[in-house]
Amino acid sequence: MSTSYLIRGARILGHTPADILIRDGEIAEIAPGLDAPTAQEIDGSGLIALPGLVDLHTHLREPGREDAETVESGTRAAARGGYTAVFAMANTSPVADTAGVVEQVLRLGAQAGYCDVHPVGAVTRGLEGKQLAELGAMADSAARVRVFSDDGHCVDDAVIMRRALEYVKAFDGVVAQHAQEPRLTEGAQMNEGVMSGRLGLHGWPAVAEEAIVARDCLLAAHVGSRLHVCHVSTAGSVEIIRWAKGKGWQVTAEVTPHHLLLDDTLAGSYDPIYKVNPPLRTKDDVRALREALADGTIDCVATDHAPHTLETKETEWAEATMGMVGLETALSVVQEAMVDTGLLDWAGVADRMSYRPARIGRLNGQGRTLDQGSPANITLYDPRPRALVDPSGFASKSRNTPYRGRELPGRVVATFLRGRPTVLDGGLVPNFSTSGATR
Amino acid sequence: MNRHLISAADLSKDDALLILDTAEELAQVSGRSIKKLPTLRGRTVVNLFFEDSTRTRISFEAAAKRLSADVINFSAKGSSVSKGESLKDTALTLEAMGADGVVIRHGASGAPHRLSGWVQGSVVNAGDGTHEHPTQALLDAFTMRRRLGNLDGRKVTIVGDILHSRVARSNVLLLHTLGAEVTLVAPPTLFPVAVDSWPCDVSYDLDAELPKSDVVMMLRVQAERMNAAYFPTAREYSRRYGLDGRRVDMLPEHAIVMHPGPMVRGMEITPEIADSPRSTIVEQVANGVTTRMAVLYLLLGGSESAIGGTE
Repeated sequence: MSTSYLIRGARILGHTPADILIRDGEIAEIAPGLDAPTAQEIDGSGLIALPGLVDLHTHLREPGREDAETVESGTRAAARGGYTAVFAMANTSPVADTAGVVEQVLRLGAQAGYCDVHPVGAVTRGLEGKQLAELGAMADSAARVRVFSDDGHCVDDAVIMRRALEYVKAFDGVVAQHAQEPRLTEGAQMNEGVMSGRLGLHGWPAVAEEAIVARDCLLAAHVGSRLHVCHVSTAGSVEIIRWAKGKGWQVTAEVTPHHLLLDDTLAGSYDPIYKVNPPLRTKDDVRALREALADGTIDCVATDHAPHTLETKETEWAEATMGMVGLETALSVVQEAMVDTGLLDWAGVADRMSYRPARIGRLNGQGRTLDQGSPANITLYDPRPRALVDPSGFASKSRNTPYRGRELPGRVVATFLRGRPTVLDGGLVPNFSTSGATR
Repeated sequence: MNRHLISAADLSKDDALLILDTAEELAQVSGRSIKKLPTLRGRTVVNLFFEDSTRTRISFEAAAKRLSADVINFSAKGSSVSKGESLKDTALTLEAMGADGVVIRHGASGAPHRLSGWVQGSVVNAGDGTHEHPTQALLDAFTMRRRLGNLDGRKVTIVGDILHSRVARSNVLLLHTLGAEVTLVAPPTLFPVAVDSWPCDVSYDLDAELPKSDVVMMLRVQAERMNAAYFPTAREYSRRYGLDGRRVDMLPEHAIVMHPGPMVRGMEITPEIADSPRSTIVEQVANGVTTRMAVLYLLLGGSESAIGGTE
C-alpha cells in the first residue's frame, strides 16, 4: 500500500485554500479541514496547486546524444519544472521513425520514471521529408504514438504534408509542424529585421514561418485533419491561426516560454545562448504571442527544451547550435510573462500548460482537473520568492539557459505523479521509479 | 575611448577625430626615410586572420611594426584552427602568451565581440563576416578629409552590395558620427530589409545621386550573387549600378571616387575610372597604414607620445 499524502491549505488554481488528500494514486478528497491521521502532511499554505504540467515539445536527446541529455536526466528536469508528462521529439539518432525506436524511448521513460514519456513519431523517414515513416506501426506500437513531427525540419513538400495529415486521421493522430520554409531560411541565423541588419547576421524572416502556417491551415481544412503548429513565433502566424480557428478548422498551436519573454535585441551580445530556432523575434511579436496565449488563439505553452553541450555554445554565433533548455524555468517564465502581467490567472495556466496539451496529445490520465477521483498528478508551486537563475543546480545535463543570472519569480515545491512525489521540498525524490506511462 | 574597436559605433565624434588627427601626425612619419617609431616597443600585437586577406593583414602588420611592436602573425590555414580548435581555445592561447592587442579578421559576424570576452588585451576588428570593418571606415574618412577637408555636411554616396558589406555598415556609422550625409545606392535586393532604420538615405537610382555627391564609394559586387537571384546578370548590374565615364561626368568637379578593394574591374567600376586622377584607391591603401597606426597607438596606450610631442 502506497503512502497517502495530505496537502494542507494549498490554493487550487489560485482559489481559496483547501486540503487535498492523495491516496492510491488518486485524489481521494478535496475539502477544507480534512482529517487523515495516517497520511504524510505537506504544508501547502501560500502554494498554488496545479494539475501536473504536460509538455508537448521536449528534446530528450536519447538515443544518440546522451552527452547532452538522457531520458533520465531530462525527466528529472521535467519533474523539477512541475511536469508529469512530456512528449519526446523524434529527432534522436537513430530517428524515432519506427515502432522499435519509439518503444525504446517509451521503455527508457518507464525506467527513469520521473514523469511520463510519450514518444513523438517522425512524419517522414529519417526526417528527410521525402517518404512517410511507418506512422501506423508507431500508432499501433506499445508507445501508442498520436503526435507526429519532423521537428527541427519542416515537412515542406506540400504533397507529403497533405498525405501525412490525411493518413493520421485513421488513428486520431496530429501532425505537429515545425513551420520553416527552407529556401527562405538557408543559412539563417536570427530574426530578419533591424537587429540582423545591424549585426550582419543572416536573417530568418517571419514570412518563412507564416507562409507554411498558412499553407498547412489550408491543407488541414481541405482534408479535414488535425494540425498542430509548433513554437509559433510571429505576430503574423498568430493572425493566421486566429483566422483558421475562426473558420472552425482543427488547428492548435503552442508557444515556447522564451518567445513569451525574450526578444531579438539579445542577439546584440553575439552570445549564442540566445540562438534558437525559430529565432527570438521583436518586442511586437512577444506582445502578440502573449495576447494570443491569453485569448486562447495559442492553445498551450510547450518548452522546446533543447539541451546542448557547452562547447556547441562557446563559439562564434554562426557556428553555434540552436536551442535552449526550458523545462526547469518554464513555469517561472510563464508567471513572469503572463500571470504577473495580469494576462492569465492560475486557472488559465492550468489550461495552457496541462489540460490543453494533454488533450492535443490525446492523453487521458494527464491534464485532468483537480477533482476527487482524478489521477493525483499535482504540481505545488510557490509564486512568491524571486531568485536569480543558477543553472549549476539544474537536473538537466545541459546548461544552455538564456536566463542565467536573471531574476525570475516562483519555485516548484512539489510534483506528484499518480500520487507519488517526484519532487518534495523543491528537491528531486531520490530513486523514484514508476510503473510507466499510461494514457 | 573603449578598450576595443569592434564597431564604428564604439567611437564618439571626439574619439573618431582624435584617431584621424593622430593619423595625420603619424602620416608625417611615412614621409621620412626612417619610418619607425619606438612607441609600442615591448608590446605584442597578434594578427589573427581566419580569412585570407593579404591587403588588410599587411597593412596592420606594417602599422604595428612602424610603432616597434612585436608582431605575431597567425593565420587559420595550417594552424591548430584547421584541426578543429575553437576560437575560445585560440583566444586562451593568445592570452597565455600575453598579447597586448589582437587584430582579428573572421568570417563570422561577431567573432571579435566574442573574442573580447575571452582575452584581456585590446581587440581590433579587422573585418568580421558581414558585420563591420571599422578601420576601413576610419581610413576612408581620413582619405576624404585629406581631399575635401571637414566632413560636416559632405554628401557621400556608397554604391553596391550593401547587404553583405561590412565596409558599408562601418562607413554609415562613422560618417554619420562625423556629420557627413550618407546615401546608399543598390538594387533593392542588396539592401537589408530594415535599412530604413540606419542613419542614412537609401536610393535605387545612381544617376539621380551622382550630381549631388562629394564622394562616391563603389563596393565590390561578386558576380556569383547573380546565382542567388540578387540581380539577373552581371551585365545588367553594371549597366544600372556600375561607375563608368558617363556617370563620372555627372559628378561635381571636386568629387572623388573611392573603392575599398578588392575591385572587380568591369563589374562595379571601369578600369579607366579606377585609374583616373579622381580615384583615391591607391591613396586609401597608404592611408590604411597610418590610420591603423593611430588606432593601435591609442588603444594600446603607447608609453611615449605618438611622434615625440607632448603625451
